[in-house]
Amino acid sequence: MVWLDTLVQGILLGGVYALFALGLSLIFGVMRLVNLAHGDLIVLAAFIVFVVMTSFGVSLAAAAVLTIALMFAIGFLLQRLVLERVLGDDIMPPLLVTFGLSVVIQNGLLLGFGADSRRLQAGAFETLSVDILPGLSIGVAPLSALMIAVGVIVLLQIVFYRTSLGRAFRATSDDPQIAQLMGIDQRNVYAIAVGISLAVSVIAAVAFGMRANFDPSIGPARLLYAFEAVIIGGLGSLWGTLIGGMVLGVAQTVGARIDPEWQILAGHLAFLVMLFIRPRGLFPARQP
Amino acid sequence: MSALLSVERLDAFYGSFQALFGIDFSLHTGESVAVIGANGAGKSTFLKSLAGLVKNRRDAIRFLDQDVGDRGAPEMLRMGLALVPEGRRLFPSLSVEENLLVGAYSGLRPQPWNLQKIYELFPVLRERRSSPSTVLSGGQQQMVAIGRALMSNPKVLLCDELSLGLAPIVIEDIYRALPRVKASGTSVVIVEQDIARAMRSVDRFYCLQEGRVTLAGEPGTVDQGDIRRAYFGT
Repeated sequence: MVWLDTLVQGILLGGVYALFALGLSLIFGVMRLVNLAHGDLIVLAAFIVFVVMTSFGVSLAAAAVLTIALMFAIGFLLQRLVLERVLGDDIMPPLLVTFGLSVVIQNGLLLGFGADSRRLQAGAFETLSVDILPGLSIGVAPLSALMIAVGVIVLLQIVFYRTSLGRAFRATSDDPQIAQLMGIDQRNVYAIAVGISLAVSVIAAVAFGMRANFDPSIGPARLLYAFEAVIIGGLGSLWGTLIGGMVLGVAQTVGARIDPEWQILAGHLAFLVMLFIRPRGLFPARQP
Repeated sequence: MSALLSVERLDAFYGSFQALFGIDFSLHTGESVAVIGANGAGKSTFLKSLAGLVKNRRDAIRFLDQDVGDRGAPEMLRMGLALVPEGRRLFPSLSVEENLLVGAYSGLRPQPWNLQKIYELFPVLRERRSSPSTVLSGGQQQMVAIGRALMSNPKVLLCDELSLGLAPIVIEDIYRALPRVKASGTSVVIVEQDIARAMRSVDRFYCLQEGRVTLAGEPGTVDQGDIRRAYFGT
């Protein structure tokens, strides 16, 4: 029963890691941009939610909705005003710019909020649990995080495969020049993609900020988990990313069960083993 | 009658390389025009200039009574000018039908071309609608490329090397669609290396050589020897 519990906790944790990874995966898929500031943007979103909650006294859900709108706008402008200028054939400039952005966000948050840990308070919701088997209960909050991750993936899949915007995303990813001939303005398509990515980051931030403490310095580690989830799952597959997050989550909880010091290491080891046996991930996108 | 699309003294550059020198060109509503010329004569550059993929002097190109030489491709498409690019260039991760639908992305003019009409024009595409565009034959891919451009219901359709790499019988299938495109009110510009094929389907032609117009006229009224000289420069 202990091991079943460990497995279930790992899967639930995987939902949070998948949420970290979805935004990263989306931007890479549409514009081949590796956003090194992704982890810090998640932390930024967590702080914004925190500030909105404490200064306006609204609920976590209301603050999250407000922050989603705000982060979409920030993402849109970030692309139009900054990233757009460095996107090109050379992959180095966007890497450097997002790396710089990561440093700026971390230090900006440190300046504004200090190094203290925070947590997003969800009241009684945090401690609610349901018994699914005798002796095995699941926290409602982590369960909702996983269900929200699934919901976000379903929503992104619908956007990608059932809408005109999704066709524009995929067409631009295939061939930006020909996409322009279809009347698709790639500057707006990219800006919307970054906006959606940051909107999803807010959901990741809320799911994470409810279950663990955060402070300005933890962004890069979230980025690493996000990367690992994407790679384990296979580039270009959102459902793969969810499974990748779960593999990572289960490895971490199993590691922690053996010895608490092993939690992080076990996750990275699982990633390395996966890289060794399936270098293209569990569900790599079909090669054209 | 003022021209739908007119070009005056168009010079086009790729970086520091000049590909076109002082091109003059006009296209009227309902007309079909061929641009012929040897490899490297500047035909594709000319179409790319019209489509906004190569930017030029603002007043070099006039379309719908506006100076549009410096506008980008998305804007030109929205104004009603669509290009079927050389080599078809379908989107590999989109199905046949999605390739067609992405052509209607701007959604400004829903008539007369829609999915239904494209499938009537090229019935084989209806059977292949769910296939990835990559598994189609060359001719079928060309049909998708034409259909994709028509889905924006352009006033002007630019076709770059429709016959490239296709069997003669397939080329005839493709060209059979052009009269129906014209009948729908769309003016057509075709770029071809195959002079005879091009001349059979158009009202007028321009011949380019090394970035300059060397001859223009109507097929049938121009001497074959003149065309050969304009084409090869001998």
